[in-house]
Amino acid sequence: MSGRRAFYLTGVVVICAWVLVPLWLLAANALGGQPVIAAWPKPWFPGALSFATMAEFLAIEGVFRAMLIGFEVAVLCTLFSVALGLPAGYALARYTFRGANAFRLMVLLTRAFPVGILALPLTVGFIRLGLYDTPLGIALMHTALALPFAVLVSASLFQAIPRELEEAAWVFGCSPIQAAYKVVMPLALPGVSAVAIFAFVISWNEVFAASVLSARNRTLTAYLLAMLSESPLTYQFAGGLLLIVPSVLFIFLVRRHLFAMWGIASR
Amino acid sequence: MRGRALPYLLVAPAVIFLTVLFFVPLVQTIALAFETRTGFGLGNFLRMEDDLNFHDAVVNTFRFVGLAVPLQLAAAMGMAMMLRHLGRGRDLVLWIWTIPLGLSDLAAGLVWLALLNDRGYIASLLFHLGLVAEPQSWLTYETPIALFAAVVIAEFWRATAIVVVILVAGLQLVPKEYAEAASVFGASPWRIFTRITLPLMKPSIQSALILRTVLAFEAFAVVIAIGGRNFPVLVSEAYNWQNFNQEPSVAAAYAVVVMCLSLLATVVWLWLLKTPAEQRA
Repeated sequence: MSGRRAFYLTGVVVICAWVLVPLWLLAANALGGQPVIAAWPKPWFPGALSFATMAEFLAIEGVFRAMLIGFEVAVLCTLFSVALGLPAGYALARYTFRGANAFRLMVLLTRAFPVGILALPLTVGFIRLGLYDTPLGIALMHTALALPFAVLVSASLFQAIPRELEEAAWVFGCSPIQAAYKVVMPLALPGVSAVAIFAFVISWNEVFAASVLSARNRTLTAYLLAMLSESPLTYQFAGGLLLIVPSVLFIFLVRRHLFAMWGIASR
Repeated sequence: MRGRALPYLLVAPAVIFLTVLFFVPLVQTIALAFETRTGFGLGNFLRMEDDLNFHDAVVNTFRFVGLAVPLQLAAAMGMAMMLRHLGRGRDLVLWIWTIPLGLSDLAAGLVWLALLNDRGYIASLLFHLGLVAEPQSWLTYETPIALFAAVVIAEFWRATAIVVVILVAGLQLVPKEYAEAASVFGASPWRIFTRITLPLMKPSIQSALILRTVLAFEAFAVVIAIGGRNFPVLVSEAYNWQNFNQEPSVAAAYAVVVMCLSLLATVVWLWLLKTPAEQRA
């Protein structure tokens, strides 16, 4: 029995290393700069780390700006997804109405399509509307990606909150909107913040639509993709690290909700 | 009366939004793909097919999806089963295993570029082991198999996490009593896995496969980060036609091909892994 346990533990540790070591090596490359990247053969353990390369990379015109734009787009996408997704999820959870199933189906249908590439025909319309190459335009497209997820997850969140609590609030004189706002929302808040963070990460990481819908005001992903072919490895790795750090932090924040969310969203 | 209208008012903004930014662009993409100078026709598709990279892109995309997705499913299944044997520390392990969930395919491509470039860590490791003497260039046009392996490894490294999450969530819904009962009657662990656990997990396997197949067809930044233009796939070609050749209609033709493949894959998974109504939880 203990032999089997040792076998499992070894496996678990090996997989943890498989996930973490590549990340650590990218960080070593990004922070070590040219001497580390050019070193051959590389020492067993990467040497001293410095933030000099990172500072140099951030000083390049456009990098810091691209980060800010990426951030702005992701925040907008988060706001839209929550603002549109929560009410719809609430309606699915609390009301039986004609068309509810059709709506659910419509939301699920978006998953059978690679939504990002639908940005292709939008360029023309966006230019006409003045949305092309703006953070708002990219955020709208990203919301199409994140919204279905927000609707399904918030529906299941609200389903898990007993209807009786709300009814009690009605009895004590709350209007339905007040009850939803004062009683249900506080209970749903942890889940809602997880939905918001997920929308943020979806947007922060999206490459295709962001690249197609922007020319000068690029998000960090679009900026990195565009400069891949003409920039040295030092900058590519520095950019990769910048891209990774926020998403890892955010995933850490939602780790408790991950399983509850995907268990439901995948049904 | 107000009560009846309320759900519609709550749903309406999302419906309008998805109509404008999902269904309309969907139709527009198809229209753009079939639109030619002389009206509607297959012109863009013929131009797409005439392009040198088209054949490679189709073959590469199928090989990529066909290898990465089954590998991810198998590995994630193993990881989900392993987690059952963990007591303390399960949460920490799960967190570490799901870190790649937050990464974009661009980031994953750059991570593996750091390991696999000609002076990268893998080449160095082989040097220390005495297997190679000098820097190795693996990610070029001359080394298609190594390049293909690198792209699959990067995608496997990144996207197995989401499959793990879906399968672990699904596994939690499978009552442990069935396996215990089978064990009492003398079934081996492997038999319990193939005859009880696997069939009961069909719905989560199905949704994991749908999600992953659609996203794998869409992956392209990982390919560009690792191989530049040496490993064309359908979506990277769509990106090139749009951004470098300034030909949105040919890009749209590629997009239509990718959409059809995604839809087809979804239908196939829905049909192959159908769960009868009476078995649903």
